[in-house]
Amino acid sequence: MKLQLHPCGNFKERYEDELTIFETDYGRLWLAIGLSMLFGAVPFASGPYLLYVLNIIAITSIAAIGLNILIGFTGQISLGHGAFFGVGAYAAAILATQVHFPFLVALPAAGLITAIVGMIFGIPSGRLKGLYLTIATLAGQFIIEYVLIHWDSLTKGTRGIVLPPVSIFGMEIIDERQYFYVTFASLVLMTLIAVNIVRTRYGRAFIAIRDNDRAAEGMGIPIFKYKLLSFGISSFYAGFAGALWAYYMTSITAEPFTLGLSVEYIAMVIIGGMGSIAGSIYGAVFITGLNETLRWLTDIFMNIDALQGVGLTIAPLRELVFGFAIVLFIIFEPRGLAEVWRIIRSSFRLWPFSY
Amino acid sequence: MEFFVQLLVNGISIGFLYGMAAMGFVMIFKSSSVLNFAHGELLAFGAFIFLTMVTWAGLPVYAAFLVSLTGCFLMGFVIERLFLRPLIGEPLIYVIMLTVGLAAIFKGLMLLIWGGNLYIYPDFLPANLSIEWGGINIPPVYVLSTMIGLLFLVILGLFFKYSSQGIYMRSVADNQTAALSLGVHVRGVFALSWAIAALVAGMSGIVLGIINGINVHDLSSVGLKVFPVVILGGLDSIGGAIIGGLIIGLLETFTGGYISPSLRDVVPYIVLVFILLIRPYGLFGLVEIERV
Repeated sequence: MKLQLHPCGNFKERYEDELTIFETDYGRLWLAIGLSMLFGAVPFASGPYLLYVLNIIAITSIAAIGLNILIGFTGQISLGHGAFFGVGAYAAAILATQVHFPFLVALPAAGLITAIVGMIFGIPSGRLKGLYLTIATLAGQFIIEYVLIHWDSLTKGTRGIVLPPVSIFGMEIIDERQYFYVTFASLVLMTLIAVNIVRTRYGRAFIAIRDNDRAAEGMGIPIFKYKLLSFGISSFYAGFAGALWAYYMTSITAEPFTLGLSVEYIAMVIIGGMGSIAGSIYGAVFITGLNETLRWLTDIFMNIDALQGVGLTIAPLRELVFGFAIVLFIIFEPRGLAEVWRIIRSSFRLWPFSY
Repeated sequence: MEFFVQLLVNGISIGFLYGMAAMGFVMIFKSSSVLNFAHGELLAFGAFIFLTMVTWAGLPVYAAFLVSLTGCFLMGFVIERLFLRPLIGEPLIYVIMLTVGLAAIFKGLMLLIWGGNLYIYPDFLPANLSIEWGGINIPPVYVLSTMIGLLFLVILGLFFKYSSQGIYMRSVADNQTAALSLGVHVRGVFALSWAIAALVAGMSGIVLGIINGINVHDLSSVGLKVFPVVILGGLDSIGGAIIGGLIIGLLETFTGGYISPSLRDVVPYIVLVFILLIRPYGLFGLVEIERV
């Protein structure tokens, strides 16, 4: 079979061509190569620290994809994603410790519970839009945070919950490398689902609502139902990622699931590129990389005695760099890294006539 | 009974402060429909400038006050010019996220410069401002904050009602395109509203700093408390901001006093959800919610 190259213009003749995931066979080939490298070579070539970072990237990518479905595809801004992530983590922890669900059941169950919680907080979207909905999800964030800390009988308050080790079909998942397969298999699966959701009738309905909700309503799309569905799917992703995270961390408290985390997820979606599934992964890589680099810098400064003062004062640098990253991306490339990548690719493809 | 009255007094004073903080927020929203997530940082900025002027530069209180208000005013201008202007006409989420990013930048900068410690202003309020009345003691700060709150309310009210700039601002808030076609300098109005909002925010930051001490984290978290206040009062009503502030302030102190201190911080948001479901435009806001 002859491999088909990318055409120089838009030669699509059928709707199926528009909907296709891979425009050329090279895309498929590269994906196959990339995936086999990811699972075959990467875990053996990287040390435990790099594996840890990769695992965190995979987990945050899943949650970021969920938020991108809500923000980038449906146009509903949520400031409560961090809290939903926390709900997933707690749901998994409680299911695993009190009901003794096995890992493979607890994961989707936590996702479903979070989806229900998310849909409850999505109910205001029936009446509200834009600013008001954002504020409603902000309230959701604070309320969930409060419940996680103060529902003592269920969440053990500030003491936290310790999770049992992960076991899949009797096989214990202990070290980073084994967990790498769990997180990245989940990421591939969830990405596949997301890519396919956005090209079905549901995805097209989401996009219609994002682009013009009144027109969508006029064309017979039940807006409220689809908005709720979008909240549900997005929270399912958040909950699933939260559950993975909880198992990975082995013990959880309510501390990380703050508004700051929600903002970080939105930053991932914006920096990665709204309305692009791959963009959410780029965003997750970018933000996690940024976090780790800054932590590494702080550590270096802290370990040199003469510079310890400097190390202490650059701790707020994280906040600063993070803020600048968001602001600069919004002002100069509001469509994010996905767009940067697209421009680079197409300028190669159209060379020497690129503009 | 005495406990009740003391809570009432505290609630009203804190409410006035929330109301003042919310006023600046409403100003920005009213003219440019921007939801400002960096409002708490603007508050903290004002408080810190004042602190530096009083302690480090050793200026007398009145001069320091004027300098810090001018600083906030200019800051508002700069923010609008550098960050908000490129985004005019962009989708809502970019503008919201931009202010979130700005909040992070400001917080980082302030932590870099002043650190995360708690500072206290030198005591400069005259003691005879305090009111003793039948066993109830109102400290001078609360009296001062209420006075300043009322003063700003009156000044801003007059400004919007009678001054030409105020009328331009209202016209832009009402219909941007129409205002533009009638020759209103819309960008100038945006810049001015940010500057005034930053000034009001700095003012309330200073007063809050006198009461609770100055700390970057505490002051910037007040910026989030503003949301229940403005939604309750109506996003585009300055008077509503004060009333909303009073209601939220009272609610907070009474919950903290009678039910549980930990519930105190979350009660405003629970109320917020209910208001949004029942009456999203708030008590005094313009009824302009479309149901889609």
